[in-house]
Amino acid sequence: MKTLKIDELSKNFGTTEVLRKINLEIDEGNFLVLLGPSGCGKSTLLNIIAGLETINEGNVYIDDYNVSKVEPKDRNIAMVFQSYALYPSMNVRENMIFGLKQAKVSKEKIEEQLQKVSKFLQVDALLERKPSQLSGGQRQRVAIGRALVREPRIFLFDEPLSNLDAKLRVEMRREIKKLHQQLKTTVVYVTHDQTEAMSLGTNIAIMNHGVIQQNDTPENIYNKPSNTFVADFIGSPSMNLIKGNLKQSSNQISFVANGSNFEIPINGYEFKEKSNLENKEVYFGIRPEHIFSKKSNEGDFEINLRADLSEYIGHEQIMTFDYENQEVLAKFPSTIKIELSKNTKLYFDLTQISLFDAKTEERI
Amino acid sequence: MQDKIHSSYKQLEQRSKYTNMFLRWFLYLVLILFALYFIFPLYVMIVTSLKTMEEIRQGTLLTWPSGLNFDSWAVAWGGRGYGAGDTFLKPYFWNSIKMVVPAVFFSTFIGAMTGYVLTKWRFKGDQWVFLFLLFGCFIPFQAILLPMARTLGVLGISNSVIGLVLVHTVYGIPFTTLFFRNYYISVPTELVKAARIDGAGFFKIFFKILLPISAPIIVVTVIWQFTQIWNDFLFGSTFSFGEAAPIQVALNNMVLSSTSVKEYNVDMASAIIAGVPTLIVYVLAGKYFIRGLTSGAVKG
Repeated sequence: MKTLKIDELSKNFGTTEVLRKINLEIDEGNFLVLLGPSGCGKSTLLNIIAGLETINEGNVYIDDYNVSKVEPKDRNIAMVFQSYALYPSMNVRENMIFGLKQAKVSKEKIEEQLQKVSKFLQVDALLERKPSQLSGGQRQRVAIGRALVREPRIFLFDEPLSNLDAKLRVEMRREIKKLHQQLKTTVVYVTHDQTEAMSLGTNIAIMNHGVIQQNDTPENIYNKPSNTFVADFIGSPSMNLIKGNLKQSSNQISFVANGSNFEIPINGYEFKEKSNLENKEVYFGIRPEHIFSKKSNEGDFEINLRADLSEYIGHEQIMTFDYENQEVLAKFPSTIKIELSKNTKLYFDLTQISLFDAKTEERI
Repeated sequence: MQDKIHSSYKQLEQRSKYTNMFLRWFLYLVLILFALYFIFPLYVMIVTSLKTMEEIRQGTLLTWPSGLNFDSWAVAWGGRGYGAGDTFLKPYFWNSIKMVVPAVFFSTFIGAMTGYVLTKWRFKGDQWVFLFLLFGCFIPFQAILLPMARTLGVLGISNSVIGLVLVHTVYGIPFTTLFFRNYYISVPTELVKAARIDGAGFFKIFFKILLPISAPIIVVTVIWQFTQIWNDFLFGSTFSFGEAAPIQVALNNMVLSSTSVKEYNVDMASAIIAGVPTLIVYVLAGKYFIRGLTSGAVKG
């Protein structure tokens, strides 16, 4: 049984297609993050799961039951919003029990739930306060509390941390992670912040233009991006994508960047399909953190590139190199000194590379 | 060297002090003049209403009355006690109250509802509905007098307070809708979404979530509607006459129908009585208005 299943779901607003044939499945207790740039349809998808938006095509199943036409309140879900959406005229207590009261739960049960949740979230001292008298973090906690008291099957989070300042955001992120570890409830979480997505999710679905680009574990998203969009979206700075061609001879495959005749052997790369590789136009993807200034592994590949630019950011520095008129970024500890405008020896960790077809932009 | 600089600063400081002082006094002077200018008619009205006709004839506009003589107020409010032809304000004052209270209530309530629907329950073509409603704000009311009279006739409520309530409610809705729509558009729609997930329906969300935070705009709307309806003369004089007339119409009749002598003291007292309720609403509700503005109920 899948806790949540989305089947061939499409949605348009007028003539604009917002979601296109979305398929998703979540197992019990998993934490799915919907990640993508703004306007990619992730919030719409969440609203559809909640029942706040209608569907044009396809279905949504919760516990294998088709809820496509079920009212939000009957879907056994709870949602936490970006603006917290606490009812301004009610105090914290009334905010938290509003849903239970609507559901006509008995008074004793409501009180019990309220006590349990407010203690758990450490808002039991704030019950009589109005939302306007709370700090951002407290409001966030009350909003989560309001979702918790309903003991839903699925938690929906709509960018819950984007209204907080940087420090509080990191704290609340950890709290949400802890919360999930303790409660083990299924979560769908929308964000545009890749750090949030990576640190929270057991699964990440990366979306762009209403299509899921890749739905995978954080490790696979990072290490084996399925196309150039994912490769570019995840990581900071994002993956270097060097344009060039593949060269195949008897039992040797190598990559040659445009404008160069220098071959990078890539025998160790796991191709999805090993045919038709000769002369294929590809992007050679390598993350800035997989370029080193010293040889650290036996398989590291040595290359000479000219340093053009250095950006110092405290614990590390980001260097820009020139590779036959293509920019290559690398990340080093800030203790290393590299002279600008001079050729420097660099080491590519070839076990960490990705290759993409230049035409389809898909991983090969 | 430093002393020199310092003393020049001192000079500048002195100079700006004098300039500021002069400007301040000038400002006060202008404000006082304006205040006098605006308060002068009120002074004349009050003073005249407290005089006897004898005093009015002998003194000037500005002469202080010989004593506090409320006779003309009593006449304006309750009449002289002889039967036919004696017009006084009391019954018409209550007519106006009976008209203004339900009309303000219904127009405000309906405006709040439509504003709520137009912002939180968007539907296809809602912006057109809003546009047509806005149109109602710009219609010259003279243009609708005839059709409205016909409508009231068909409904059988012409020349009645109920008829006036209907007219004022209908023509209040464009304004009240505009007020509430512009207020609710700044209320995050996520509130409505959260309430829907919590299981609240259309009316529950309106009454439990939105109305409790609408105090500032309700006050604005009530002040606006009360003033408009209380001070209305056009609808009142067109759609009612005789006993069903509101106070502004009665005031007009009273002042114009005096047969022999113009009783300025009674006229002035009547005019003040007819104007007092709007003043009271301003004074009472204005306070809540400012309180509502500063409480910052919605901001997240």
